[in-house]
Amino acid sequence: MSTTTKNEVASHELKATPMDPSVQAARDEKIQVAMIGLCGCWGCTLSFLDMDENLLVLLEKVNITRSSLTDIKRIPHRCAIGFVEGGVANEENIETLEHFRENCDVLISVGACAVWGGVPAMRNDVSLEDCLKEAYIASPTAVPQAKLTIPYHEDIPRITTKVYPCHEVVKMDYFIPGCPPDGATIFKVLDDLVNGREFDLPASMNRYD
Amino acid sequence: MSVRITIDGKVVEAQEGEALIDVAADNGVYIPSLCYVRGKPCLGTCRVCSVRVNDSVMASCTVPVTDGMEVKVNEPEVTDMRKALVELLFVEGNHNCPSCEKSGRCELQAVGYEVDMMVSRFPYRFPVRKRDHVSKHIFLERDRCIFCQRCVEFIRDKESGQKIFSIDDRGTKASIEIDVELADKMPPEQVREASDLCPVGCIIEKGRGYDEPIGQRKFEIQSVRERALMGDEK
Amino acid sequence: MHQQIQSILSLYHCDKTRLIDMLWDVQKLHGYIGDEAVGLLSDGLNMSPLDIRETISFYHFFITRPSGRHQVYLCDSVIARMNGYEDVRAALEQEVGCAFGEVNDTNIFGLFDTNCIGLSDQEPAMMVDDVVFTNLTAAKVKDIIGQLKQGKTAGEVANSAGKDRRDVAYVNSLVSDNIRERGEVFFKPGLDYKAILRGCLNKIPSEIIEIVSSSNLRGRGGAGFPTGLKWRLCGEAEGTEKYIICNADEGEPGTFKDRVLLTRSPKDVLLGMVIAAYAIGSRVGIIYLRTEYRYLKDYLEQQLQEFREDGLLGNKILDTEFDFDIRIQMGAGAYICGDETALIESCEGKRGTPRVKPPYPIQKGYLGQPTCVNNVETFASVCRILEKGSDWFKGMGTDESTGTRLLSVSGDCERPGIFEIEWGVTLNHVLEMVGAKDPMAVQISGPSGECVSVAKDGERQICYSDLSCNGSFMIFDKSRNLVDMIKSFMTFFVHESCGICVPCRAGGVDLLHKVELLLAGRACQKDLDDIVSWGALMRATSRCGLGTTAPRPLLTTMEKFPELYQQIIVQSKGPLLPSFDLEEALQGHEKAYKTLVPEEVK
Repeated sequence: MSTTTKNEVASHELKATPMDPSVQAARDEKIQVAMIGLCGCWGCTLSFLDMDENLLVLLEKVNITRSSLTDIKRIPHRCAIGFVEGGVANEENIETLEHFRENCDVLISVGACAVWGGVPAMRNDVSLEDCLKEAYIASPTAVPQAKLTIPYHEDIPRITTKVYPCHEVVKMDYFIPGCPPDGATIFKVLDDLVNGREFDLPASMNRYD
Repeated sequence: MSVRITIDGKVVEAQEGEALIDVAADNGVYIPSLCYVRGKPCLGTCRVCSVRVNDSVMASCTVPVTDGMEVKVNEPEVTDMRKALVELLFVEGNHNCPSCEKSGRCELQAVGYEVDMMVSRFPYRFPVRKRDHVSKHIFLERDRCIFCQRCVEFIRDKESGQKIFSIDDRGTKASIEIDVELADKMPPEQVREASDLCPVGCIIEKGRGYDEPIGQRKFEIQSVRERALMGDEK
Repeated sequence: MHQQIQSILSLYHCDKTRLIDMLWDVQKLHGYIGDEAVGLLSDGLNMSPLDIRETISFYHFFITRPSGRHQVYLCDSVIARMNGYEDVRAALEQEVGCAFGEVNDTNIFGLFDTNCIGLSDQEPAMMVDDVVFTNLTAAKVKDIIGQLKQGKTAGEVANSAGKDRRDVAYVNSLVSDNIRERGEVFFKPGLDYKAILRGCLNKIPSEIIEIVSSSNLRGRGGAGFPTGLKWRLCGEAEGTEKYIICNADEGEPGTFKDRVLLTRSPKDVLLGMVIAAYAIGSRVGIIYLRTEYRYLKDYLEQQLQEFREDGLLGNKILDTEFDFDIRIQMGAGAYICGDETALIESCEGKRGTPRVKPPYPIQKGYLGQPTCVNNVETFASVCRILEKGSDWFKGMGTDESTGTRLLSVSGDCERPGIFEIEWGVTLNHVLEMVGAKDPMAVQISGPSGECVSVAKDGERQICYSDLSCNGSFMIFDKSRNLVDMIKSFMTFFVHESCGICVPCRAGGVDLLHKVELLLAGRACQKDLDDIVSWGALMRATSRCGLGTTAPRPLLTTMEKFPELYQQIIVQSKGPLLPSFDLEEALQGHEKAYKTLVPEEVK
């Protein structure tokens, strides 16, 4: 992650409040899981919540560290499993994915966007220049007489030339297709992994849409 | 003449010259395919029905059975080859199931499930191919075409017998073409036939859209495997 | 226009199996095949216009829009690139005033790329209209283009002495034979064709087949199928008519021996066809001649005519009841048409798509009838076997590879050209014979063959059971970058894949992509493993020989020169995959910003 020279403090740089030792001890025994959404719609994370009461079964065994649910911004310590939804569409996605690869034993691409680019990858049909032009320069909603520009600043992650599936950027270990995969499918995969069983998604549960 | 062959170690009887893929299906062994239509001439284009026959790999739709033939369908190496061929098709075109009207009744998708494809091992190409929406009844979504040749060979103008669909150019530059004049003369049932025959969402019948709710679509009611084993034409 | 197309249609009796001939006639007449002509042909043949376009668009040399008065096709091959191709290409662009793939402003020239044109012993070479120019240099290009600009035809420039196109002197004025070593079988002057054929016609067909079988002659196209067996099966197959086809599509890069055989000993080949026809009971023969050899057509027609006048072709051959005649079918530019079933499809006026086998051509070939397709060199060998006997032939070569073979030698050596060798000689022997200095690798049998290491394989024998060779023999010395060569071969296969089957059409692209990664220094061990596995997939599942052999240059160089590949692969540094091009991924945004946003807003 690039460090900025500005006089700013990022939330992840703030001091953490110490955990109650007994709670910490119970958590330490669990399997650590980190979750992230790259370029996607967070539908896969919603599907994760869709596993309903199975979530409780899973939480018996796992501790979710970084995720949009916990609002923890960085992976605090090494995790066994990284759950990645969304494809790679900007500079920040690349850095996050690198961070996950460096801090997780196993990475799972969850959902169509992570697996092959999905809906965001529909922009791969046109050049990035045309895309940005359509959105900011030749946009029908552009403010009349405004000086039209496209966002480009050191504080804004650069948009990638095209959208990439996660496994074309870093090595991914497992894939759960679907847009989104349903809760039962996600549970099946995670339940197998946390219980030491092989990844096995039967044809009957495999869905691409 | 009746002959005996073995499929995955099991001895089965068949008529000499019958297509291996049919003999397998009749004996409960599913071999996926994307170009073969039972009862129609073999096209041999997709190669997804590849199996091991007496130690060489062959597309089972092209193999007439002969006595003593030893066939391996579910052997790991050739099973992975079938999967790899399906994966090749998924990267060669744009197969965006979430946005495709054919989802749920698409053979490529259904076969993808049968070969346990989660992702393609090949780099995704995102080809740009021009769509053709000129004809009255048909959307031609070229970036989904897998060049199976079903429409080229099996859909002809009723009056003249001429080709309605054809392939232009060759290799990586090939593209599926539609003769608009002839296509506009197609009766509704032939348009439906062409669209159903297309194993992907390339030939789309205008006005049909997403006509079946999720959960009640063709291959959700009955999987492509079950259909093949029941002798369904597709 | 209408009149012209009508007369073309009636010339071929509105027979759609002659579509390729009709398209050639249209192109000759108009310079290209336009929409109107396609429409008229489609009416006359009861085919949809797109059906006709299926055929047109399959072939490299059919053009559908005005492309200049002269069409220049410069050969872009590995061998051309070793002999000054870049300079010639630049000179052409300079003199003509347009880039490759374009037509110049005055509409006089169109510049196009093409693959090997069967002149690897005299590259760089180019086709201009219906002639070829060889051993090109920038100066020579300037001269040729200058003369064309003055209004001369390409034929007048190439053949300034005005030789008759039907005469061998005309062919000689365009290309050199470069026959370097002669042996016992080929290029023998003064054969008494009548006597040889009379000897055959005095035997019953099965005796002829027996002689060919006992000579152990095997198909010289590359696959090495026993010729006698093919004839027997074809003879026994049921059909209302049987056909003999001579495969003169010689498209394998690096080979040119059929060109020389057809120039020097065309009648050996024709007589071989007549003998085959008698043996299997055929009345019609076809020579499928690649477009790249069209300067041989009039000469070959003349040879056919002489045979007819001598009673060796036509009705009642040598006053017997045996009728047989031969026509020349021009190809139109497709490597795949060297495959016998693709060639048959092409002879029927269609796209050169290899058929599903079985049935095999000997059962159902041309027009659905039993058809025997043999290579030019095979037919020439037959002529000599029937003259001298099978024992004579078997006395040469090895037990399983009898007789001799013509090698088309090119690349890094002093004497590129044709060498007749007895089967069984070693690789080192050939390299010495041709004057190869510091050879590192030899690509045997062209891109579809195997790449061998001179250090490791020098003592291997050229024969079917060891180093099988279809005639192409390309030598690379130690200064050459083999991975560059592989890229060129893979590009060739991607370009020539007919696209009918998935593994060849799509898999070839992915293998080429891997080679590009290797050359860019962004490949790792995993990519080499992928190449092996994807190559195996193509080999096992492709529909025809093109797809099954396309991975071979890559796989065989990896096997013989593993160090070359180990040197250029990289290790992962950090979590990003080496194949992921971070720079490329991030530069689009900045580029777009610079292009789209005016300076005053930035």
